[in-house]
Parts: sequence; C-alpha cells; structure tokens
Amino acid sequence: MTIEVRIPTILRTYTDGAKAVEGDGDTIGEVLADLDVRYPGIRDRLITGEGALHRFVNVYLNDEDVRFLGAVDAKVATGDTVTILPAVAGG
Amino acid sequence: MLTIDAAILDAIVAHARRDHPDEACGIVAGPAGSDRPDRLIPMDNAERSSTFYRFDATQQLRVWREMDDRDEEPVVIYHSHTATPAEPSRTDVALAAEPGAHYLLVSTREPDRTEVRSFRIVDGSVNEEPVRVVNATVDPAAVQSYLFGHNPVTVDYECRA
Repeated sequence: MTIEVRIPTILRTYTDGAKAVEGDGDTIGEVLADLDVRYPGIRDRLITGEGALHRFVNVYLNDEDVRFLGAVDAKVATGDTVTILPAVAGG
Repeated sequence: MLTIDAAILDAIVAHARRDHPDEACGIVAGPAGSDRPDRLIPMDNAERSSTFYRFDATQQLRVWREMDDRDEEPVVIYHSHTATPAEPSRTDVALAAEPGAHYLLVSTREPDRTEVRSFRIVDGSVNEEPVRVVNATVDPAAVQSYLFGHNPVTVDYECRA
C-alpha cells in the first residue's frame, strides 16, 4: 500500500527537494526499501548494515516513534503517514 | 552572524543554569528564511545527562509539526556544556543535522560567568560566528556585560542574581 513519507531538509538532496514522497510496503522497512529504488542511497542514511534503524534517526508512524511499534517491522496501512526527523543530539 | 534578542538569550542562559549539572537543550524558531530567532522552545533532554543531550523524540515531532504549520524553522539550536567550554564537541559535529541552523553553545562550567558562542556546522565543518545581542533594554547594566562578539567572537555573559 502507498504511504506518505515526510522527508527532513537534510535528506531532500535525495528526493530532488521534495518534502514528502510516496513509498509502498506493508512495514516501515519495506516502505524505506521501496523509497531507495527511486531515491538511491536514502535507505543507508536511515537503516544500518544490520537492518536496524540508525540510532540518531527518528522515524514516526503517524504520531508515534516507531521504536515503540516494532521499529522496521512496524505495520503500516493506507492513509498512514511516516515522518523522518534526524535526532537533535550531541555531547 | 547570529542576531538574537537579549530576552531570549537571557532565557536560554536561565534554562542552562536551571538544568545544570545536566545539559539543557532547545531551539529558537523563526519564520522560514528570515534568520530571525523569535520563539523560544526549551526541549526536554531525554538523556538527562551532564555529558550528552538528545531532544525527546515525541516532543520533537510535536514541535517540528507546529513549526511546519506556522511556516517556521529552527533558526537556533542550543545546548549547554556543563564542564567544558562553549565549543562543539566531536559528537556535536558528527550529529549536527540542520545545516541552516545556528548552533548556540552555552557553558555553565563556571558558576558566576556564562560563556555563549555560536557556530555553523555543515557537513562536519565548523565555523564560529559573531553573536549580536539586540534590545538589551531590560537591564541597562546587563548591556555592559555583553562583549559584542566580533573579535574575538566570544560573547561573555555575566549571570545576574
């Protein structure tokens, strides 16, 4: 199913400047993999080599941090919105 | 150069002092493209740590959406260092993800003197910039304590009781 994905400023270099794009899949991981087909490289900015979310990237399904919903395995449905935000963090 | 209102800078310093010895963090939002920081939003440091900060993820989504609705952006991203100078750490540089923002650092390591400095952090390269404090009219004595940051680019700010 088609899911709207909101892209943060720093990743819009991958999406030709688009603030929101569409991705297909039944889980967060599938949607992000689908995005990588059209926007090569974007998945590596979000997912580690082991297939987990990068520690300093926040991905939300509607209003919830997907870390509380099963992370990359979180199920998505038509009408859902995925929002990506880089964590604001430092030392 | 970062131009910031004295009342907002005062509130940032007060936040840093209040949370000491933990690091404090937050943003100052402003109209998109204006480079004018005019809405202070203190954030929760989810790490509650004296050596690390991270915006609470749920709060961050709410605040970022609100900025979107108001056509604003994070003009300033601030955090405090509680035992080290007001300079970006290696972690700060590695994790900086808002190339358009002014990264404002506040050091509370000395109890009676607060150091405030501002930086641009883009793709791992750090450039310090002057801080110009405007509208410092609330307490005329306070104006004396700002060194307008051109050369050197540090602003020394004396904390008042």
